[in-house]
Amino acid sequence: MQLALVVAGAPLLAGWVKSVKARLQNRRGPGPLQPYRDLRKLFMKQVLVADSASIVFRAAPYVVFTSTLLATAAVPLAVRDLPTAPVADIMVVVGLLALGRFFLALAGMDVGTAFGGMGASREMLISALAEPATLMAIFTLTMSAHSTNLSTVVGFQLTQGLVLHPSYLFALMGLVLVAVAETGRIPVDNPATHLELTMVHEAMILEYSGRHLALMEWAAWLKLTLYGVLIANVFFPWGIGETTDPGAFGIGLAVIVAKLALLGLALAVSETVLAKMRLFRVPQYLNLAFLFALLGMLSFLILEVAA
Amino acid sequence: MNLTQLSLPEQAIFVLAALVLLVSFILLSQTRLTAAIHAFAWQGALVAVVAALVGWVGADAHLYLSAGLTLALKALLIPWMLHRLVRRLDMDAEREALVHPALVALTGTLLVVFAYWLVLPLERLAVTDTRNLLAISLATVLMGFWMLVVRAQAVAQVLGFMSIENGLFLGAVAATRGMPLVVELGVAFDVLVAMILFGVFFFQIRESIDSLDTDRLDRLAETEEEA
Repeated sequence: MQLALVVAGAPLLAGWVKSVKARLQNRRGPGPLQPYRDLRKLFMKQVLVADSASIVFRAAPYVVFTSTLLATAAVPLAVRDLPTAPVADIMVVVGLLALGRFFLALAGMDVGTAFGGMGASREMLISALAEPATLMAIFTLTMSAHSTNLSTVVGFQLTQGLVLHPSYLFALMGLVLVAVAETGRIPVDNPATHLELTMVHEAMILEYSGRHLALMEWAAWLKLTLYGVLIANVFFPWGIGETTDPGAFGIGLAVIVAKLALLGLALAVSETVLAKMRLFRVPQYLNLAFLFALLGMLSFLILEVAA
Repeated sequence: MNLTQLSLPEQAIFVLAALVLLVSFILLSQTRLTAAIHAFAWQGALVAVVAALVGWVGADAHLYLSAGLTLALKALLIPWMLHRLVRRLDMDAEREALVHPALVALTGTLLVVFAYWLVLPLERLAVTDTRNLLAISLATVLMGFWMLVVRAQAVAQVLGFMSIENGLFLGAVAATRGMPLVVELGVAFDVLVAMILFGVFFFQIRESIDSLDTDRLDRLAETEEEA
């Protein structure tokens, strides 16, 4: 039920970000429902596969979509007490996302075009640098909650009430930077362009068409939603439902939608204000994210458990 | 000690102290002078707010005075003087190339770990709630020293020196609820005089070697040798 909602809602978030961004840039832009129309169009189109493509190329969209889907299933959205709660380990989420990325990069290289290989190598560069920062930020959270289980972490945050943790502040900043890099938004990657010098994610899915492309795009939107939900629920858990009864679920859903809309707004503003970085500056950017996460960990040790 | 047992202002002290440390890192890796001076001003303001909050929590009225002094001096007067100097030296847009930015920042985190390890036995002796800040303040001091080591630009070195002073003040506030007012006033004037002297030195250095890169001070010849 929750999963279906996320899957259905993911294109809406992407569309919302896009249309807010267009407004901010004085364009009229497509409405927030445009991604649904794109999906329908792509699903109805015929699939064309390059001659040099192997089975990996055909399988990759399904693997990428499924792994992202499973990762999303593990994250508490509107209520905390999910059937998937016992397996909702944060390491599992990171692992599943890594699996999806691995297949994405494989598919990019499979056809043997220059763009695909270039995109895959860039993606790997970014993810190799982003992952330590993600893990460090997550360790900071899990150390204070004494668990790597997502719903336990969220529950811990809820019962604690308003406590200002210096370490959470840093972990949040680190995780936001990583999320921007991982979901391929400006300033790391530009989701709206096909300019060969700059694209990362677009370069890898350049050879896809029809329903394969639709699945790839959908997986990317899901990933964006996943990071949004993760940030919203772990750092600002207020309003999330405790049980699965319809009333709590409804409130939780309304709250999370509001939170995601706010996050999308922030993302659109930052994308409008910032310019895309050169690829060679990305390691510096992710280094900053790593520094934030590391500082979060250190300030946790120094300020929150010491003596 | 558990963070949840503390009141909200006390938690805010910790958050702000952690931000002071963050600004140290920004100072360390910021190569644009104007932006670095801004960062320094923010650090001064943060330290002042920490002092004021500590004063509020412990009902120490004299800490308000030192907080005000810090705010006026380190967040407003000294940054303003530095800005004026930089403008008069025509270095607004000057950037300094750091040799290994990532390595410098990572060494900074090592210094933080070292400061933590060093302070660990000390913290058991301290009696105040804010004793955990000692590690942060020591780390800020060490980061200031590290900045003096890695930066070759004279203005950046002055910023490092001043941030050492920020760290010391933070430590004094954290460990003993501030220094006696006489000492504090003395230090404040010391810093102010040092700032004026630095200003004079900038012009002197520039006149003799035509640059503010202190790495070039160790050459004997006045002119660039043929390499």
